[in-house]
Formats: sequence, structure tokens, C-alpha cells
Amino acid sequence: MSFLELRNVSKAYGTGSAEVHALANIDLSVDRGALVAVMGPSGSGKSTLLTIAGTLEEPTDGEVTIGGSAVGTMSRNEKARLRRRTIGYVFQDFNLLPGLTAAENVSLPLELDGMRTRRAHAAGMAALEELGIGDRATHYPDELSGGERQRVAIARAVVGERHLLLADEPSGALDSANGEAVMRTILAACHRGVAAVVVTHDAQLASWADRVVFLRDGHVVDQTMPPQSTESLLTPGQSQ
Amino acid sequence: MSVRHALLALLSEEPKYGLKLRQEFEAQTGEVWPLNVGQVYTTLQRLERDGLIESDDAGEDERQKTFRITSGGEAELANWLRTPPDLSLPPRDELVIKILVALHLPGVNVHDVIQLHRRYVVELMQQWTRLKEEEADSDLGFALAVDAELFRLDSVVRWLDTADGRLKRASAEPPTETSSPRPRLRRRVGINR
Ligand SMILES: Nc1ncnc2c1ncn2[C@@H]1O[C@H](COP(=O)(O)OP(=O)(O)OP(=O)(O)O)[C@@H](O)[C@H]1O
Ligand SMILES: [Mg+2]
Repeated sequence: MSFLELRNVSKAYGTGSAEVHALANIDLSVDRGALVAVMGPSGSGKSTLLTIAGTLEEPTDGEVTIGGSAVGTMSRNEKARLRRRTIGYVFQDFNLLPGLTAAENVSLPLELDGMRTRRAHAAGMAALEELGIGDRATHYPDELSGGERQRVAIARAVVGERHLLLADEPSGALDSANGEAVMRTILAACHRGVAAVVVTHDAQLASWADRVVFLRDGHVVDQTMPPQSTESLLTPGQSQ
Repeated sequence: MSVRHALLALLSEEPKYGLKLRQEFEAQTGEVWPLNVGQVYTTLQRLERDGLIESDDAGEDERQKTFRITSGGEAELANWLRTPPDLSLPPRDELVIKILVALHLPGVNVHDVIQLHRRYVVELMQQWTRLKEEEADSDLGFALAVDAELFRLDSVVRWLDTADGRLKRASAEPPTETSSPRPRLRRRVGINR
């Protein structure tokens, strides 16, 4: 069984004539170590899929399991612990806490989980350094550029011993070099055994994934085949 | 890719044998554009015919010849580096034509055709990215060439996404009769009707 599984998940918002079917019969499995990208036009249900996979919303229908446990049967406390310990989120609007510095934002989840302040701070700093913003550690969110805020949010999501990383447009405000740094960071987390789902409409980012799933009007319409050998790229006559 | 000018550039460093040129060409382009020996010698012959390079007369065997750039070759190279490639005319892109054809064929869902090509291009991009991930750190020329390829493919995906959205909106609200773009412009972007 995969670390994250969505089985026949549907989500409807509103009722009657205002009803919106944001997701319909979604099946998705993500193993530990795997990076899955979800692509699709605006409104196709990408964020909805992530919030449901992250236990922040409940599906109207279907089942989500994380690490073998069915989310639907968990108590509020169990879900809260799962979110704190196991899942790292990068939201579309970053959700940094305004009263905390960049470093404090990153180390907070570790401290909430009982880690000593000094150790949590060191882990947080390491994650910020990896993303090239170690020198911004003592800045508050409103003193950071959009791209820097984004990288703080990513550092916060990968720090510690998370097993599931869910990122919504993790490179929205970044230029392509920093977008690549973000994907390398996420990939490094996957190599440590994290299962990751990245939502993006940027094909260059998606191309870092092992598998790309295409959403349209709440349905999975297609996905890429398992990675092929790269030999074909280098065969004479094949290049355009 | 102009093999001609790439060879001139390599010869502007110092005189070289044909085989060495091939080796250096492939190394500098990160082996993204493989080049066969025949291609190298045909190109060298033409360059010599045009007076852009010359060779010492080491008999009939091309492999023994050393090639050097002439002053005419230096001038040609300098000129080429600074001449913008012709990007003003849209290429007759095969993919664009396929989508335009799919649009008018009965029984074909153009969105399915778009998705099929989108997936194919993204799979290609995955392969390039994997190469970059594995090897680019050690080879700057390779990383630059792969980036260029990824940006080119990325623009194809973006066009497909835009086409998808435009077609979806168009089918939601059928077009009102407006004057169509001038025939010459339509021809220029490759639309015949
Ligand atoms: N809380 C909500 N109440 C009602 N409708 C909602 C709610 N959240 C999302 N929707 C609707 O569900 C659909 C899917 O939304 P979602 O946010 O998942 O799209 P998305 O693919 O993330 O789009 P984007 O690329 O613009 O972020 C949309 O039609 C949206 O309007
Ligand atoms: Mg969204």
C-alpha cells in the first residue's frame, strides 16, 4: 500500500443550483520517495485535491489513507498530530506567521512537536541555507520579497521528519533558477523517503516529478508513463 | 544549429584535425547534438571551397589534414555571432497544424488531441530534466543546452494550455460574426481558411 492513497474521492461544494463538483472519483497513490506533480487549468481542482490529501478538508465521498491509516476514522486529535508531525504543507499563499522571523517560522513546527529550541533552530537554519536564504533568517515575513517568503514556506514544509509533503504552486513568485532550487530541495526530501505531491501549472517544475497527473474539471484525465530511458534524446536523427 | 559556424569558432582557437573538431563540438554542446564524421568532413570541404578555412596539403587523406581559419572566416564568424536568427516569421509548426485540423474534423475531440500532445511533451521534458539532474552539475555547456530545450518544450505546453482554454471558452459562448483577420495575415500564420 502506498503512503498516500486517495480512493474514489469526490468533493462537492455548496448545494442545489450552487453546487460545484470540484473533484470527481479521484484515485491517486503516492509511495514514499515518489514525487508526483498535478497539472491542470485554474479551477480544475488541484488545491482541493491537496487540502483533502492533507486532511484539511473532508471528501464528500471516497477515502483517504495516510501511512496505512484511514483519515475518515481518525479523531480530531489524531488528525492534528498527523498534520503537525507527518505532513509538510506549502500553501498557495504561503501562510507564514507575521509575528515570527523567517527562522522562527521554519522551526516552529519542530518546537510544537517537542524539539528543543536550539536543535529546532539549527534544523531550520539548515533548511533556509539550502534554499539560499540563510541571510534572511532574522527578517519578518513583511520584510521579505515574495520569492523569499515562498522559500521560507518550503523550508518550513521540508524541515524535520515529515513523511508527506504537499505543495501548492511552490514556485509561483520565483524565477526559474530559484524554481529549480525549490524542486531540487523537494526532490532531496523525496530521496530521504518523503512522499510528495506538487501542484503546478509550470511544466518545467512538473518535469522534475516521477509522474505527472493531469486534472481537468475535477477528473484525472491522463498521466505520464513511467520515466523512459533518456537514451532516445541523444540518438542522432531524433533531435528536432 | 549551424555546424558551419560552430566549426569556424573551434578553428578560431587554433588549427585542428577533423576528428578533434568533432570531439570538441560534441563536448562543448554537452553531446546534445551528436555529429557524425561524414558531416564534419563535408562541412569542412564547403568551408574550404568558400575560402573561410584552408588546409595544409597533406595528401588525399582528409584525416591527415590540419585545418586553419582564414581572415575571411574570422569576419564571417564575427558577423554570424551578431546576426539575430530570423524569429520574425512564425515557423509552420506541425503541432499547430495538427490542432487546427483536429478542430475541423468531425468525431474528433480536440481537447483529447491537445492532451495527448501535452503528455508527450511533458514526458520529453521529464527525460531532459532527469539528464540535467544527473549530469548538469559537472557540465555547464550541457546545462545551458538542456535549459534551452526545456524552455522550448515549455513554450509548446503553454501554447497547448492556452489553446485548450481558448477552445473551452469559445464552445461556451459561440462566436458572434465579426470580420475575420486580413487574408494575408492569416496566410502568414499558416491558416488557409
Ligand atoms: N470553499 C469553496 N466553496 C465553493 N467552491 C469552491 C471552494 N473551494 C474551491 N471551490 C471551487 O472548486 C473548484 C476547484 O477549485 P480549486 O481551488 O481546487 O482549483 P485549482 O485547480 O486549485 O485552481 P487554481 O489553479 O486557480 O489555484 C473551483 O471551481 C472553485 O471555484
Ligand atoms: Mg489552487
